[in-house]
Amino acid sequence: MFKILKKEEKSDLVILFEIAAKDIAKKAKPGNFFILKIHEEGERIPLTIADFDRDKGTITSVFQKVGKTTYHLGILNEGDYLSDVIGPLGNPSHIENFGKVVCVGGGVGIAPVYPITKALKEAGNKIISIIGARSKDLLFWEDKMRKVSDELIVTTDDGSYGRKGVVTIPLEEILKGDQVKATKKHVPSFEDREVVQEPSVNLVIAIGPPIMMKFVCKTTEKFNVKTIVSLNSIMVDGTGMCGACRVEVGGETKFACVDGPEFDGHKVDFDLLMKRLQMYLVEEKVAMDMYSGKM
Amino acid sequence: MEEQEEKKEQKKKIKVKMREQPPLERIKNFNEVPHGYSPEEAVEEAIRCLSCKRPTCVDYCPVEVDIPGFLKLVKEGEFLEAAYKVKETNALPAVCGRVCPQEVQCESGCIVGKKGEPVAIGNLERFVADYEAEKGEVMIPEKPKPTGRKIAVIGSGPGGLTCAADLAMSGHQVTLFEALHKPGGVLIYGIPEFRLPKLIVEREVEYIKKLGVELVLNAVIGKIFTVDELLNEQGYDACFICTGAGLPMFMGIPGENLNGVYSANEFLTRANLMKSYLFPRYDTPIKRGRWVAVVGGGNVAMDAARVAMRLGSEKVYLIYRRSEAEMPARKAEVHHAHEEGIEFLFLTNPVRYLDDGQGNVRGVECIKMELGEPDESGRRRPVPIKGSEFQMEVDIAIPALGTRANPLLPKTMPDLKLNKRGYIIAEEATGMTSKRGVFAGGDIVTGAATVILAMGAGRKAARAINEYLKWKYWDFSGLAISQ
Repeated sequence: MFKILKKEEKSDLVILFEIAAKDIAKKAKPGNFFILKIHEEGERIPLTIADFDRDKGTITSVFQKVGKTTYHLGILNEGDYLSDVIGPLGNPSHIENFGKVVCVGGGVGIAPVYPITKALKEAGNKIISIIGARSKDLLFWEDKMRKVSDELIVTTDDGSYGRKGVVTIPLEEILKGDQVKATKKHVPSFEDREVVQEPSVNLVIAIGPPIMMKFVCKTTEKFNVKTIVSLNSIMVDGTGMCGACRVEVGGETKFACVDGPEFDGHKVDFDLLMKRLQMYLVEEKVAMDMYSGKM
Repeated sequence: MEEQEEKKEQKKKIKVKMREQPPLERIKNFNEVPHGYSPEEAVEEAIRCLSCKRPTCVDYCPVEVDIPGFLKLVKEGEFLEAAYKVKETNALPAVCGRVCPQEVQCESGCIVGKKGEPVAIGNLERFVADYEAEKGEVMIPEKPKPTGRKIAVIGSGPGGLTCAADLAMSGHQVTLFEALHKPGGVLIYGIPEFRLPKLIVEREVEYIKKLGVELVLNAVIGKIFTVDELLNEQGYDACFICTGAGLPMFMGIPGENLNGVYSANEFLTRANLMKSYLFPRYDTPIKRGRWVAVVGGGNVAMDAARVAMRLGSEKVYLIYRRSEAEMPARKAEVHHAHEEGIEFLFLTNPVRYLDDGQGNVRGVECIKMELGEPDESGRRRPVPIKGSEFQMEVDIAIPALGTRANPLLPKTMPDLKLNKRGYIIAEEATGMTSKRGVFAGGDIVTGAATVILAMGAGRKAARAINEYLKWKYWDFSGLAISQ
């Protein structure tokens, strides 16, 4: 049994849990995920480790209420227990000094992008972060992200906070700026000298809804900037045994749980990922209807 | 008088049949198919045993159960004693009685079988184990003096359970690590309820715990702890890796990632471990197909097909590229599948799955095969017949094509020698690997095999671990390797 030590309601839909899981916290690295099951009849769902505290022996995760299991999670409180927590799973993020990195987090994707951003910052990278959500109330961790970024851009789809629009707009501007600088390189003038020294973006990390990751990749592809995404497939065991999390990367079938969850975004078949995420729409509705009836 | 004698003689040639749920009834539920023997039936069957002086049945048993010994006790009506006799060498009799392929093991060595049907050793093993459990008189052997040695067993499937039990019986402190949230490995996630009720697995696991084995669930070794940490930091003296085979194989044909195409592992794990046949009472969903195609000819394929039938499918096809004679599945399973109305398409192979335009499978295109020259497995190689392609409508497809080695744990052990397919190299007689203090057995060494072979490997490793703890001698020659 795993105790929920802290619960923060980031909005009506977005909830943060800090869970006591000493051994997992000891081994957790940015990019890892874990699987939880609430009770005997529950399903196993993967959630990304958004933070961990080795001294306290805790892991932190942020989830959005979308179906029966996440709604049920949402009614649990500090002091309640989860029957099963399994992890850390998946390969950790590759962290090194790449130079300049843009970290993009969309919606609940802000949570998993945070520890990676933090680790990249600690590795000496210059970080520009872009976090976005549909509206202001779905945004969280602006302060945490600001602390680990050299520059932070906030967007909301409806303009209720930060810049109005989606995350790809400022991303494209940044990459375009690099391009302009690069062309200017060929005509070095005295004024440009300082600008030329500014490095261009070497890597983009994007975590969020598949549609966001897809368009981030479309944007970065134009500028030929390597982009890493973290895929949130449906999983059962999370250790490679079942293959529920199959994704296609560069035309090859991969298992998100053991080959990922991070992949080269330019090679990922996002349309397939989105279709596979919808496999149980009917069943999810049945479960949710029954659950809300019970509520 | 003579006629009566003859009739009796005739009768001796045939084993006592186990009563079963009728096919049309059982395809509507997940209850166990055979009902088991009554005490009278058990005695009647046991009497057929000749109590051979040199019993050849035992030679064929990977865990060397004293078969004539326990059958003699059944004849005498000493059912509890008979159960204890089996348990002297087999920690999981209720499981083995149900899922061992006795027809190619003990029963194939039975002398009675030379002139008629062999003694139904499996049925009797199941009977005595169930009898013991029903009477509530499960015997816990006397605990030996603790040795103070700590052993880690990784994987709580049949091999791990056997090894853990044996080591506990030798007085060691045993920790059994399991990656999933329930113990039992393939017995829980793979073999369906109607073939092996989960209550029985739970009962056997309880027994192992009573022997003093500590069970740690939700522990993915390689992730939460490495083997080096277990050996060097956590004070384990030795470690037995019995993690099973792992990753499901696919054919690499178009459409395999469409919704509705399940690996047999996933389909069975959802149904068995997650109890999705009870959805929405249980939260894990499973697609219930109207027309289902299962691909493969092994026991896993039979299990998947029979589960699909019980989920209410109108039609379940089993597609196999060779003919019935080459099917690796147990005869009894094939027979049950036939009875339940599963339609077999032999000498047929899928070439692609068809998309309904929404990302769901709507059919499968197959090609007819014929048998050519024998291949390296000795079976005749299936060859496609040009131009024989045809399409079938299905809304669920389940490839059951076997598994390949799961690299998750070996990847964290650079000093552990693997073969070119990623399986751990271990000596067959001992399970000894290239890494000091580390033993391995079961599917992660041999590739997909049977419950009883994994149990046999668990037993051998337990013996070898005892020797190792005595002498701390490690000489891995790499010879006599089980491949």
